[in-house]
Amino acid sequence: MAQAIKYYFDFLSPPSRALWLALKLGKTPFEACPVALRKREQLTDEYKKINRFQKVPALVDGNFHLSESVAMVRYLADKNQMSEQLYPKSLESRARVDEFLEWQHLNVRVACGTFFMKAWLLPINGLAPNPKPDAVEKLTKDVERSLGLLEHMWMDKDFLVGQNLTVADLFAVSEIEQLRLCKFNVNERKFPKVAKWLERVRNAAKPYHDEAYEFLNKKSKQAVESKL
Amino acid sequence: MSLQLASLIGLSNDDGPAYNPRLTQRNRTSNNKTMSSLRFYYDLMSQPSRSLFIIFRLSGMQYEDCVVALRNGEHLTDEFKQNINRFQRVPCINDNGYKLGESIAILRYLSAKGKIPEHLYPKYFVEQARVDEFLEWHHITLRVTCALYFRTIWLDPLLTGRTPSEAKIETLRMHMERNLDIVEEVWLNKKEFLTGPTLTVADIFAACEIEQTRMADYDVRIKYPKIRAWLKRVRQSCNPHYDAAHHIVYKISGTGPQAKL
Repeated sequence: MAQAIKYYFDFLSPPSRALWLALKLGKTPFEACPVALRKREQLTDEYKKINRFQKVPALVDGNFHLSESVAMVRYLADKNQMSEQLYPKSLESRARVDEFLEWQHLNVRVACGTFFMKAWLLPINGLAPNPKPDAVEKLTKDVERSLGLLEHMWMDKDFLVGQNLTVADLFAVSEIEQLRLCKFNVNERKFPKVAKWLERVRNAAKPYHDEAYEFLNKKSKQAVESKL
Repeated sequence: MSLQLASLIGLSNDDGPAYNPRLTQRNRTSNNKTMSSLRFYYDLMSQPSRSLFIIFRLSGMQYEDCVVALRNGEHLTDEFKQNINRFQRVPCINDNGYKLGESIAILRYLSAKGKIPEHLYPKYFVEQARVDEFLEWHHITLRVTCALYFRTIWLDPLLTGRTPSEAKIETLRMHMERNLDIVEEVWLNKKEFLTGPTLTVADIFAACEIEQTRMADYDVRIKYPKIRAWLKRVRQSCNPHYDAAHHIVYKISGTGPQAKL
């Protein structure tokens, strides 16, 4: 029996959470190796041996070390260790999922990631002051531009690339949900399809969704309460 | 005006007004005697278009050349949106009715169909994962910072007539160089090419992003000796297609590949 892959992750990283959910939902056996970003464990020399880029997630399969979550999905799929429902094998369906995965980097991840970094990560670590209102407005505008693209281009079906949940949904939702930490909630009137889709993905990712989002839910609740 | 020029570098994708209602047959020429069922829509002003152009040519693939003049807003027409690519971007393909956008998704699709030689995009999953790792890495690191540098220093002044402040240029250069440092020190560490001893599509995608900064008068070769030597190797391995793809970059930057800045 081959040893299970080791998966290094932190639930505060959107791609980490997305791939963790894919592994759980697809029943991929893996050894969970949490890396506490808040303690900067990813910056240790020890972790550098795991992932030379010192980021999460990372995958170790025997002597093979891989970074980049989308590359991991594809690697595991080729090893028959990724659910075919979540990442299809047939040529055209797979290309549709790939199309989204490649599209989201610049059209979803950059805006959401920048918002999160400037409005939560840097201030909470004392590395930058809280952004000024006009900066928040600019960050919000960028994220809403992404949401607008999703609303108008990707919402014809129940899920991003068809009637069923795929890794495309898990990756996209993870970026958007993260912003609840910055008190950003998707405006249901502006983006009604996106709001309904977020709910569908939450439901489709049960029962693991709550575990992956536990920290985020707790912290974002605190953020809202502290505002009141 | 700014819409199509901004989407030229793949950073804007707002729905634009119908602009030039014709994407006409005149743009289409076949690179082969027999018409192929694979149509390739591209403009050599777009860096992922250049990457795929080089890859397709190196692969000896049969396809129909469909040039889309971004400068005329040909990708912003309703016809383009409905019939060619709903994202209104290039590159994209139509393979016997199957429409696909996103250069890397296109590459993978054609590879799965056996159209891309294995040495450019390996079939063995462990080797393929190494190339995928680079392709996925480069989007929000190398690509976004090179493209922003190019846009702010070359494109925006053309559109607005205003030049960016020194401080702004400096910040963008810093962001870009942070990623060039990683290419120099990590990806090219003890390797001839980004993912191993031979050229793959990873090198082609990366080189096309980096070459683009020439047009903003950035010379990567000054600070980065490994990148400098690697770019030469990539060009050599891909020519004559590399120069064919970049002729407009050379022309706008006023620098040929051998020129000293």
